[in-house]
Amino acid sequence: MINDISLTINGIEVKAPQGATILEAARGAGIYIPTLCYCPGLTSEGTCRICLVKIENKKKLHPACRTPVEEGMVVITDDAEIERVRRVTLELILSDHDFNCLLCPKSGRCRLQELVNRIGFDERRLNRLNRVAKELPVDTSNPFFDFNPNKCIQCGICIRTCHEIVGVHAIDMGYRGYDLKVTTFGDKPFKESVCVSCGECVERCPVAALIPKKVEYPTREVKTTCVYCGVGCGLYLGVRGNNIVKARGDSENPVNRGELCVRGRFGYKFIHSRDRLSSPLVRAYDPLERIAHGIDETGEGGKPVIAPLVKREGKFVEVNWDQAIRYVASTLVHYKGDQFAAISSAKCTNEENYLFQKLVRAVMGTNNIDHCARLCHSPTLIGLAASLGSGAMTNAISEIGKAASIFVIGSNTTATHPIIGRDINRAVQKGAKLIVADPRETMLCRIADVWLRHHPGTDVALLNAMARVIIEEGLLDASFIEERCEGLEAFEASVMEWDLSRAEEVTGVTAREIAEAARIYASISPATILYAMGITQHSHGTDNVKAVANLALLTGNIGKPSTGVNPLRGQNNVQGACDMGALPDVFPGYQKVEDSKIRKKFEKAWGCQLNPSPGLTLTELFEAAYAGKVKALYLMGENPVLTEADTNFTEEAISHLELLVVQDIFLTETAQLADVVLPAASFAEKEGTFTNTERRVQRVRKAIEPVGNTRPDWMIIRDIAQNMGARGFDFNSPEEIMEEIRTLTPSYAGITYERIDAVGLQWPCPDTEHPGTSYLYAEKFNTPSGRGQFTPISYSPPAEVTSHEYPLILTTRRSIFHFHSTLSRKVAGLNVLRGEEQVEINPVDAAALEIEDGETVKVMSRRGTVRAKAKISKITPPGLVSMTFHYTETRTNVLTNRAFDPVAKIPEFKVCAVKIEREIDYGAEYWGWGTGKD
Amino acid sequence: MPQARLKKILSVFEGKKGGLISILQRVQEEFGYLPEEALGEIADFLRIPASEVFSVATFYAHFYLTRRGDHLVRVCQGTACHVRGARDILETAQHCLGIKTGQTTEDYKYSLERVACLGSCALAPIMVVDDTVYPQVTTKKVLEILTNNKDDAEKKEG
Ligand code: SF4
Ligand code: SF4
Ligand code: SF4
Ligand code: FES
Ligand code: FES
Repeated sequence: MINDISLTINGIEVKAPQGATILEAARGAGIYIPTLCYCPGLTSEGTCRICLVKIENKKKLHPACRTPVEEGMVVITDDAEIERVRRVTLELILSDHDFNCLLCPKSGRCRLQELVNRIGFDERRLNRLNRVAKELPVDTSNPFFDFNPNKCIQCGICIRTCHEIVGVHAIDMGYRGYDLKVTTFGDKPFKESVCVSCGECVERCPVAALIPKKVEYPTREVKTTCVYCGVGCGLYLGVRGNNIVKARGDSENPVNRGELCVRGRFGYKFIHSRDRLSSPLVRAYDPLERIAHGIDETGEGGKPVIAPLVKREGKFVEVNWDQAIRYVASTLVHYKGDQFAAISSAKCTNEENYLFQKLVRAVMGTNNIDHCARLCHSPTLIGLAASLGSGAMTNAISEIGKAASIFVIGSNTTATHPIIGRDINRAVQKGAKLIVADPRETMLCRIADVWLRHHPGTDVALLNAMARVIIEEGLLDASFIEERCEGLEAFEASVMEWDLSRAEEVTGVTAREIAEAARIYASISPATILYAMGITQHSHGTDNVKAVANLALLTGNIGKPSTGVNPLRGQNNVQGACDMGALPDVFPGYQKVEDSKIRKKFEKAWGCQLNPSPGLTLTELFEAAYAGKVKALYLMGENPVLTEADTNFTEEAISHLELLVVQDIFLTETAQLADVVLPAASFAEKEGTFTNTERRVQRVRKAIEPVGNTRPDWMIIRDIAQNMGARGFDFNSPEEIMEEIRTLTPSYAGITYERIDAVGLQWPCPDTEHPGTSYLYAEKFNTPSGRGQFTPISYSPPAEVTSHEYPLILTTRRSIFHFHSTLSRKVAGLNVLRGEEQVEINPVDAAALEIEDGETVKVMSRRGTVRAKAKISKITPPGLVSMTFHYTETRTNVLTNRAFDPVAKIPEFKVCAVKIEREIDYGAEYWGWGTGKD
Repeated sequence: MPQARLKKILSVFEGKKGGLISILQRVQEEFGYLPEEALGEIADFLRIPASEVFSVATFYAHFYLTRRGDHLVRVCQGTACHVRGARDILETAQHCLGIKTGQTTEDYKYSLERVACLGSCALAPIMVVDDTVYPQVTTKKVLEILTNNKDDAEKKEG
């Protein structure tokens, strides 16, 4: 910005950019003007009148926070008159404030105190003004913060924050006059409102009205990256002793600009959960075997261990690290080759994923490694690689806000990627068009210009029909297609069968809406597409992904800023785990294991022979275990018992294994079945890097020492490998591992810890001079021909359809308060906000089944039964019910279908047929023992 | 069925911009107050945040968020009335109805409110029941009016 306006403030010549306010100009020049209701990044309402200044030749005093600068303006910020007015204003605010400063948690950082110090007040006048102090009840319903209306000065900052930044609109000013107050809808406690507990308002409240439950000041702060979702927000962990006491957003980070969601801000509390594993555990075997492995007969504290002898019924014995490592290493030796498999972790760092796959490939001699990406974005990896070249978000997160139209399909962005959800919300506030395709009425539907409520699993029909409209109405980008793409004819022919009336019949969306969506997307550019599990978690997920890519190619909305095809990756480091080759068919950097040239390169670098055949995918791996083909499984930071489709099958498969090693920070449902449990350090206890959904490689930094007797995953892997006699594992730090990654992974070649210290870098980053890549395919696509590939896609219905017996469709979703199955469930406050499963069911279906809101129901599929409370809600349409999968108490994936996508092998989490029954014990009711409901 | 009555009101506003205040007025006319569920439905209908609807509904004194009594008793507390003992009048009314200002009797027969100035200061103190103005009331008269009125109402219902 150019500072092209000159004005005089207090006799000093000041320059400011066009559109700046007097306040901004003054602050820029280091001149203090007191403020109260002003907050950077929010619109100024100018209600508090503390910032009044004098402008020469103008009569009234003007609020500096909302008066724009003008050329030649002469401003006075301080004189006797201004001071007097400010003092009176302040006295009015103080007159009904409960200022018991010594006992106030905000003391020392309170804006009101600051103003009192600067402006002062007249005690007598204040006493005269003093109205009866309000004594309104403090709202303590939220587990993370309190709202004390007696301290509130009605500045409205919280309200503007919730509206403008978060887009949730949980609060507003209610009532009037003396009763004026910040209130939720219906003046209900925060917990019962639509508030998502993000704490942004708490962070900005100038006084102690909105205040964290427990205020602890950290003694130092460590810059790091959030461990929850793929947005990858930058954060500072506040440390006191060896404890994390606070998290706050990193305002330098281009992804979140200082903002955080509830998980990032409060979810760190799992780090100090009492459930953290703290010692390696080994299942007690036959005593002779134990002695052979050097495992002490006595447990902790010299207590003799009385262990059962049978493996599966065995109890866990605590052992020391030496014993554990030796035990794992000496056992794994017997399982080399394809009878071994490993599951890596999208929660762990790049360095750890790299090391893990190196162990599997170089030491265990197999490519049987995969991770949870199989269950979320494997169709993306395959589909986008075929259509465009790389299975990753084409554009940067920061570009979303600048798009002119946004098409969100199959993503409940505000819940799953809250910070990106806010970007969408802001773009819409600034006038961008929004199209949302989702069977459920997500938060985004409310602000959408067009909401396409299609039947689950009919995405291809919808997208093809949109493509046909675009082609027929001549809205395609002919020159882009001519220059950059191929395969249009076949594609064109294939979509012609999707006239609007057929699409309307299949998808349930009206022809008018489909056409309108197509027109908006094709003609208001730059247009960007965001998608997530709603597209991929289907038995034809890869087709869905390609259908999405077709649309972008057709309209030329790719290879430019604020356009693209953007799969929102779920886990914090799922992008990185894929990049690092924690996949059965590729080495780091998506280099095919089948390619002998590539294999040679890695054989040379790692000094070993490598297995040329691609390994088993996560889903195949459990089938192989079930069949006895895979005998040993080493699992790092994964909980397949809760997250795989068809839980009963998964558990059965695990029971067929001879050896299960689980490395985790908690004793997960899966770890409970293990033979050896290796306790790992959390993200706050180690160094490394995460790669977020927009391909940005960012630093993870150690804030505290590993809790208990835990160790970072990379150390554990290194030690096991070395104990097995492997060479090439002598790393002393994650940075050294990154140096090796760099040499073998072309897209990471330019990434060094030094370069990513401040803000990270987006791959591809081929050399140390390269600035990183904000958006892909600026010049050419990454396909063999360099051209974007149109793919004709034919529609196939979901694998499981409803029947007389199973008349409802179940689709899985996620709650904003939880992540997957483990971390967030260890945060007490998040369980307060959402502590149990809720089956969303439409009032129509609920009425037909005579189900009442909140009663426990049985949900049954062809694979099993679970119980959960019913939540009657119009969010899901009639015929559809929806559940999350966070709760071990309600294992939703008992119900889901293992029907795989034929290429990506992803199960169809989004569609399975179920029936629902009331859980009523008629007998008990008859005898008057209870209502049968809880 | 209230749901259907609300739907009908909303359908009149279909396709029109804004109109929050008019909708609130119509809904209050229909139900006598603004039920919370109705506010939620109105927010959905207008596609605006529910908190905003609540903010507007609580800002204007003439919107009620709780069910009102069949009869509205208003006692003026303006300066002129105050000087002539409006306080006592209000207290008597409270006592007589067994509720505080701003509340509604349990049987939803009466709501009691205070008003600032009714603009007929010459007749102070003033009490108004529904549309009937009672000038220069005394505590005794209040008692009379309210008990009579009560009996009348009961008879009518009876
Ligand atoms: S915590 Fe977040 S969602 Fe809740 S009121 Fe504050 S800003 Fe709004
Ligand atoms: S709660 Fe805080 S931010 Fe909100 S109006 Fe009151 S003082 Fe301002
Ligand atoms: S949006 Fe994702 S990365 Fe950001 S704070 Fe929330 S969970 Fe963490
Ligand atoms: S800070 Fe400018 S009016 Fe409040
Ligand atoms: S003061 Fe009561 S009518 Fe004016």
